[in-house]
Amino acid sequence: MPDATIKKINISDDKIMKGTSGNIGQTFATASQVTDQKDYSILNLGPTHPATHGIFQNILTMDGEIIVKAEPTIGYIHRAFEKLAERRPYNQITPITDRLNYCSSPINNMGWHMTVEKLIGCEVPKRAQYLRVIIMELSRIADHIVCDTVIAVDTGAMTGFLYLFQWREKIYEIFEEICGARLTTNIGRIGGMERDFNEKAWSRIHAFMKEFPKALTEFDKLVTRNRIFMDRTINCGAISAENALAYSFTGPNLRAAGVDYDVRVMSPYSSYEDFDFIIPVGTNGDTYDRYMVRMEEMWQSMRIIEQAIKNLPDGPFHAEVPEFYLPPKEDVYSKMEALIYQFKIVMGETDVPKGEVYHAVEGGNGELGFYLISDGGRTPYRLHMRRPCFIYYQAYPSMIEGGMLSDAILTMSSMNVIAGELDA
Amino acid sequence: MHHEIHPSASPAIVELHNHIKDALLQSFDNDITGSQIDYDFPVFTVAKNRIHDVLEFLKNSENMGFKFLTTLCGVHYPENKGSEFALVYQLHNMEKNHRVRIKIFMATADLNVPTATDLWLGANWMERETFDFYGFRFTGHPDLRRILNMDEMNYHPLRKEYALEDAGRDDKEDKYFGR
Repeated sequence: MPDATIKKINISDDKIMKGTSGNIGQTFATASQVTDQKDYSILNLGPTHPATHGIFQNILTMDGEIIVKAEPTIGYIHRAFEKLAERRPYNQITPITDRLNYCSSPINNMGWHMTVEKLIGCEVPKRAQYLRVIIMELSRIADHIVCDTVIAVDTGAMTGFLYLFQWREKIYEIFEEICGARLTTNIGRIGGMERDFNEKAWSRIHAFMKEFPKALTEFDKLVTRNRIFMDRTINCGAISAENALAYSFTGPNLRAAGVDYDVRVMSPYSSYEDFDFIIPVGTNGDTYDRYMVRMEEMWQSMRIIEQAIKNLPDGPFHAEVPEFYLPPKEDVYSKMEALIYQFKIVMGETDVPKGEVYHAVEGGNGELGFYLISDGGRTPYRLHMRRPCFIYYQAYPSMIEGGMLSDAILTMSSMNVIAGELDA
Repeated sequence: MHHEIHPSASPAIVELHNHIKDALLQSFDNDITGSQIDYDFPVFTVAKNRIHDVLEFLKNSENMGFKFLTTLCGVHYPENKGSEFALVYQLHNMEKNHRVRIKIFMATADLNVPTATDLWLGANWMERETFDFYGFRFTGHPDLRRILNMDEMNYHPLRKEYALEDAGRDDKEDKYFGR
C-alpha cells in the first residue's frame, strides 16, 4: 500500500526526528514527546487513503497495534471560503456553501439564505418554508446514509452499504428535478425557492417516501444487531458528554454522548416548530451510539417530511423582495421594473442594511452557523462560518489514543468528518 | 458607555441583555466598554486585558451559565485606527438557550490575547485558525501553529490589506465590486 507507509524508528534518535520540512517534520518532532524507553513505530495514515474517506492525514505513534499518539494535519483542501466571500455578492456566496459539507449541500444553502434573510428582515412565505424543510430533511437523510453505511463498510459489511447507498442516488434525483444539480445544488434563493416543485419532483418524492422505509428497515436488520458490527463499534471511540461539550461538539456526535441539543428544536427556523419529531440521544458517545442516533434521525426526518407534505400550505414559493430575488426572465424583457431589478441585482446596486447577524441551522453534522458582518456594501465585510466538523475533529486524537488502529478508522467514519467542511 | 438596541430586538432579548449587562457591570464596572443588541444577540465590548476574566465569569457564574463556546473569530478594521483588530466570542447557555457575543478590540502593534483553551478544550483549533488568518498571539496556547494554511506562509491572509485578486490584474479592482 503506497499510502500507509510504516517506518520503524527509535524515538530517542534525534536524526530521524528532525524529519523533512513542513508539517510532517513538525509532527515527527512532537512524536518525540513520548519519552520512554520503548521502540515505537510511526505510521503515516493519509492524506489520501481509502479508509479515511477524504483528505485527512494523521501521523500515528504506534505501540504495536495500539495508538499512543495521534497528530492530525488538516487544510489539504482549504479554499479560503471566508476570504472569497468578502469579494462575492450575497447571492454568489450560496455556491460556496455547497462545498462545505457536500453530503448535505441544501442545508448549507438554506442556512446561508436564512442568514441573509435575517439581515434584510425578510419574511419567507409558509409554503417556501415547508418546501425548504422537505429539502433539508431529504439531505439530512442523504448525509446520514453516507455516514451510517460507511461505518458498516469499515466493519466489513459491504452488503448493507450497497443496499442503502442507492437511495442517496434517489434523493439526488429529487434535487436534480428541483434545481437541476445533484451534489453542489445551489438550491433556493434569498427570499424563498427559485421555483415550486414540479409534478415529476413530487412523484419522485412520493416514491421515495413509499420505498425508502423498506430499504432502511432491511439495512437495519442486516447491520444494527449484527454481532460482529456490535463488537466492533460498542465502546469504540467513546467521548463523555462533558468532554463533548468542552470540545464544542454539536449534532449527532453530541447527541450520541447524551446531550439533547438540536438547533431545530432549540431555536426553530423555517417553521420547524410546526412539526412533531423526536430527538434521539445516546448514552456512551461511542461509535455504536453515533450510528444509532443517525439511524433514528433518518426515521424522524421521514416523519417530518411526511407532515410537511400533508400540511403543505398553498401560496407563493418566494417572498416579495424584488431587490434580492431575480424577476422572471420573460418579465425582464418586457417590463421596465423587472429590468431595473434584474440590473440592480446583477450589478450589485442593492442597498443591504448594515449590521451583524448570526444564524445557525442543524446541519448534517451539527450546528452550522454563519456570522455575517455587513457594512452596507455589495459583499459581506466579514463572513465567519461555524463548521461543526472543524470544531469536533480536534477531539479525534483524544478519542483514538489508547485504542487500536482499526478502531481509529471506525471512529473517524462515525464522526462523519467531511473534508470540505473541515477545511473550508 | 456606548449603548444601542436594534429595532427588531424582542422583549425577551432586551431582558436577557439587561440581565447580562447588570451582572457584568457589577463585576467588571468600567472594563465593559460597550453594550448593544444586534438582531437577536446581546453584544458586549470588553477591555482586552479583562477578556479571560469575563469569559470565565460568563462560563462559571451561577446565574450566567454560558458553558458552550459556539464560535471564536477575528475581524480586521484597518480604518479603525488604534483598534484595528477585533476578536469575537459567541457563547451559548444551552439550558436556557441564551446566547451572547463578546468583543475585544486591539491595535495592530499588540495582538497578544490570553488563551481560552483553559476554559474550553475546543478553543484550541479555533484559536489556531484565528492566529493563522489574522495573527493574533494567544498567550498560553499549548500549540499555536498554523492550521489551514501551510507552515511556510509568512503573512496572515484574512487581513484586509491582502486583496483577493491577483495583484497583476487591473481589471478587477475592489472598487468594481462595491468597496
